[in-house]
Amino acid sequence: MKFTIDWLKQHLDTDLNDKEIINNLTNVGLEVESFENAHSELDDFIVAKIINAQQHPNADRLRVCDVDIGKSETVRVVCGAPNAKKGLFTVYAGPGAIIPKNQMKLSISKIRGVTSYGMLCSEAELKLSDDSEGITELSEKYKEKIGKKYFDTKTPKVVDLSLTPNRPDCLGVRGIARDLAAAGVGTLKKIKDSKLNQNIDQDLKVTIKKEKNQGCTIFGSCLIKGVSNQESPQWLKDKIVSLGQKPISAIVDITNYVMIDLNRPLHAYDADKVSKEIIVRNSKKGETFEALDNKKYSLDDDMCVISDQSGVLGLGGIIGGTRSGTELETKNILLESAYFLPRSIRKTSKILNIDTDAKFRFERGIDPKSIEAGLIKAASLIKEVCGGEVSKFDIQRLEKEKTNKVKFKISLFKKITGFKIEKKEIIKIITNLGFKINENNENLDLEIPSWRPDIKQPIDIVEEIVRIKGYEHIQTLIPEKSRLKPTLNKQQKLFHFLQRSVASKGFFETVTWSFTDSKINNLFREKYNEIKIVNPISSDLNVLRNSIFPNLIFYLKKNIDRGFKDLSFFEIGPVFSGTKPGEQLTVIGALQAGKYFRLNWQETERNVDVFDAKRDTVQTLVEAGFSKNKLIIKAQSPSYYHPGKSGSVFLSNEEDKPIAFFGEIHPNIVKKLDIKTDALIGFEIYLDFFKETKKKLKDQKSQFEYSDYQKSERDFAFVIDKKIKAQDLIDIIVSIDKDLIKNVKVFDVYEGENIPKDKKSIALNVTVQSSEKTLNEKDLEKINNLIISTVESKSGAKIRS
Amino acid sequence: MSDIKKIKDEYLNIIDKDHNIESINQIKTELFGKNGIVSNEFKKLGSISQKERKKFASDLNFIKEELQNKITSKIEDIETKEINLKLENEKVDVTLPERDFKQGKIHPVSQVIDEISSIFSEIGFSVEEGPDVENEYNNFTALNTPDNHPARDMHDTFYLDEKKELLLRTHTSPVQVRTMLKGKPPFKIIAPGRTYRSDSDQTHAPMFHQVEGLHIDKDINMGHLKGCLNYFIKEFFEVDKLKMRFRPSHFPFTEPSAEVDIGYEIKDGKIIIGEGDKWLEILGCGMVHPNVLKNVNVDPSKFQGYAFGIGIDRLGMLKYGINDLRAFFETDYRWLSHFGFDPLDVPSSYRGLSR
Repeated sequence: MKFTIDWLKQHLDTDLNDKEIINNLTNVGLEVESFENAHSELDDFIVAKIINAQQHPNADRLRVCDVDIGKSETVRVVCGAPNAKKGLFTVYAGPGAIIPKNQMKLSISKIRGVTSYGMLCSEAELKLSDDSEGITELSEKYKEKIGKKYFDTKTPKVVDLSLTPNRPDCLGVRGIARDLAAAGVGTLKKIKDSKLNQNIDQDLKVTIKKEKNQGCTIFGSCLIKGVSNQESPQWLKDKIVSLGQKPISAIVDITNYVMIDLNRPLHAYDADKVSKEIIVRNSKKGETFEALDNKKYSLDDDMCVISDQSGVLGLGGIIGGTRSGTELETKNILLESAYFLPRSIRKTSKILNIDTDAKFRFERGIDPKSIEAGLIKAASLIKEVCGGEVSKFDIQRLEKEKTNKVKFKISLFKKITGFKIEKKEIIKIITNLGFKINENNENLDLEIPSWRPDIKQPIDIVEEIVRIKGYEHIQTLIPEKSRLKPTLNKQQKLFHFLQRSVASKGFFETVTWSFTDSKINNLFREKYNEIKIVNPISSDLNVLRNSIFPNLIFYLKKNIDRGFKDLSFFEIGPVFSGTKPGEQLTVIGALQAGKYFRLNWQETERNVDVFDAKRDTVQTLVEAGFSKNKLIIKAQSPSYYHPGKSGSVFLSNEEDKPIAFFGEIHPNIVKKLDIKTDALIGFEIYLDFFKETKKKLKDQKSQFEYSDYQKSERDFAFVIDKKIKAQDLIDIIVSIDKDLIKNVKVFDVYEGENIPKDKKSIALNVTVQSSEKTLNEKDLEKINNLIISTVESKSGAKIRS
Repeated sequence: MSDIKKIKDEYLNIIDKDHNIESINQIKTELFGKNGIVSNEFKKLGSISQKERKKFASDLNFIKEELQNKITSKIEDIETKEINLKLENEKVDVTLPERDFKQGKIHPVSQVIDEISSIFSEIGFSVEEGPDVENEYNNFTALNTPDNHPARDMHDTFYLDEKKELLLRTHTSPVQVRTMLKGKPPFKIIAPGRTYRSDSDQTHAPMFHQVEGLHIDKDINMGHLKGCLNYFIKEFFEVDKLKMRFRPSHFPFTEPSAEVDIGYEIKDGKIIIGEGDKWLEILGCGMVHPNVLKNVNVDPSKFQGYAFGIGIDRLGMLKYGINDLRAFFETDYRWLSHFGFDPLDVPSSYRGLSR
């Protein structure tokens, strides 16, 4: 909502200066977006200096000038003037500027192959003189003014309010003045009684059809006969221009002026173009009309239209039609001042995608009692400017509008705001806002002003009082520290713990969109359905992600393309399994690319591999509280992992959902996405599949027991079928004697020379220790033999001698 | 006596000369070996008259000790020298690079969420969460924003179905609805999380983060709201002084509603929070609308309280001097390295939010 302070003062008597008025607007909840001089088209003309002027390569009569316009870089302008020479001070207009002489709008253009940014202007083009021979020559005195405006324009300062949707009353200058007056900024001026002579009848029949979903409840109108429409007088033009709008004709400008002044939208029809009568009715599907935005609209059922005997004239409260529009030649007009229901307006404009000032106002709620005030003000002005005879008003109503009431208990104010103000002051504030009050002890029976559709219940009255009184009166109470329950639940603690656990392993945490490119998502989607966004921000962010990887791999590639080689990224966040609320999982996805050691003076270079991913996965789980030897590693994984170099982690053999995957990313994906890296590995951890541990950490620690008896280590090497997994071997050994065998560690795996093709050699180091005694040679020999015989019989392995 | 003194003087001289461990051991044998010079002198003890024996034995023992000490210290010297020589040869260039350490980072948004949670934890709030996909009832209708209300235009919403019943939540406020529907008052929660609007330019991202606050009890009023936010903002920006302004505004789900501005100034190109005469809008809040309470089965005549919503990303930008919102979500290695936090920097009240 834009207006000038002068305009405001037509409704408000005040001694306060501009700054004080602006502050008060903000304080009562009318947020001031800006308070600046209105833009003038002449502001686009700037003092400039030609730094260099060269002959145009393709045209004898043109010059290519480099022009200093006060910016860090010069602009290039092609100019045909004979006096365009190096060192000349002149007037420059950039692309977008409108030339005063011919109203031509400048744009960047190519002139004979050279791009020209704007224009150097002659005095004639600037309407300074008739001299069009060459460009304007300015004296040396302009040296200091390079880059500044050439014309000394004085435009009024315009207030731009960012109004919240609950305040349609402030879409009119008078409403704003009323709020300010209530806040003590001044007094609201009375509207002068009009001395409008209405001697003729409104003889154009108007009917509001009684039908279901009728969007119009009141239709007021008058005829003004024998007008001579013309350009608006200067004062009116100035008002319209100050709001950044273009004056059109007196009749149109006056209806716009009244709309902004009183928030009372009006519409003027050329009465001679209306066929016999006005019928306000619901549209029928397929009806069409051409609107004042020069577009043809095809209507649906049940849209509120203003029509005559030959069809639709306009969409009520939204936009008029070209068929009955006023022109400079218009002699007789019908002036409409009506009330349209917000829901109906909103529904129709949404379907047809029309946004107009009238629509914006009606959908927020216009004062239904402003019908006559609007007609009086507009008709008087039209008569004053264009002459003519004003008819009596014709007001059609579907129903008598009622006054809304609310009962307000004074004590509610303190209960909500925490501070008390006197009853007297409360009454003063709401009276000034236009409420009618009936005092009833500690209750006030209030009649709600017709311009406040937002006010419905007592809490709304609290808001009115506190905003006018001022929010600075609210106390700042020291917060109480009482806690109702622990800050984080178990799952939230796990989230925060794992986040930092993964980061501590050298990974950079990222946050990427929850949506992604369906093409990349499909590579990682697995069994999940694709979840499309109906209105995506762009076609490559068109689905909700089914995995963390699509976005992570996309950005990993971007970084690799920037020249980074060894990268580790992870994200912890939602992935989506369905479209319903809650069909989402919290997942950690991590990717690592490149080499583990690169250009290292001590270590041999090597690529990252599945066992790096496994280490980070397992260690993260261990830190989260799982004991390493209880995790079950299986060689199964989703299809986007390398089928031979990946695995999953289960909490038990019976569990069907793995809590994690790890491995190398499938080479096909690396190839398809063109990721230029030595190696790419990743892991995923599914927080929702963790079994809730019943015990808190403080209860998890078992009794501290340790053995002081000597431990003994012994190495074994078995030759074993390739298909048998190292873990199977370890499990066999551990199960021989859980009390005695404390640790089994694989320290070598060998395939090749001296070993049959389908076999491999695995070397293990076994730690044996008793908690009862020091084991002697005989005991050790016994357990060693038992290990060898058990492994050989259970796995078909042979001890290597 | 003179003989053994001569031996002593002679050998002290010999020992003083340069030796290695072998030559010194040889001297040791020469003196104290089975047939060593000193050993032989002891053998003479038996043939010496009783009268002189005592003195001779005493002198001899004295000389033996002196020579032995001398040899021991000489050996120590030699060994020290040898070790020093060996260590000297082992010397490495310590300016060579150390072994790699892979430094990880926590994203600023996560860090800020932890900071916020830590602050609100101190004043008794617990953390609630809700799903990213919401139904239109929880996101709008229950929050007193009926269909066909212009307030819905303020949220550019992503929809998952043509009927517009499923959407990506446009704010964290639906967590209020869920929390109150599943529990009984009092409620004292914050709800940080991802939010979505189909809006994208330099200052808007289609996804961003908000934290919702909700405190409902029998007598929670606007003074509590002001106090809570004043406490939070001061703690968050780690400032002693804070200029804060409550400004009337409108949200369908709160009434009265307010927007909160904080004072700031620009000093040497950096934004200083809490001082200065410029105002920066940082959050929206208000008393929960009675209609919302009714919608979640809380009796508004018995319970009342406040709610607020704060943009997390924006708080992070202000606190840590980050200019571009979109950079948060672009996973640029250099940006994450620059603005990311060490995983050991866990914000807490006793160690402080930041170092």
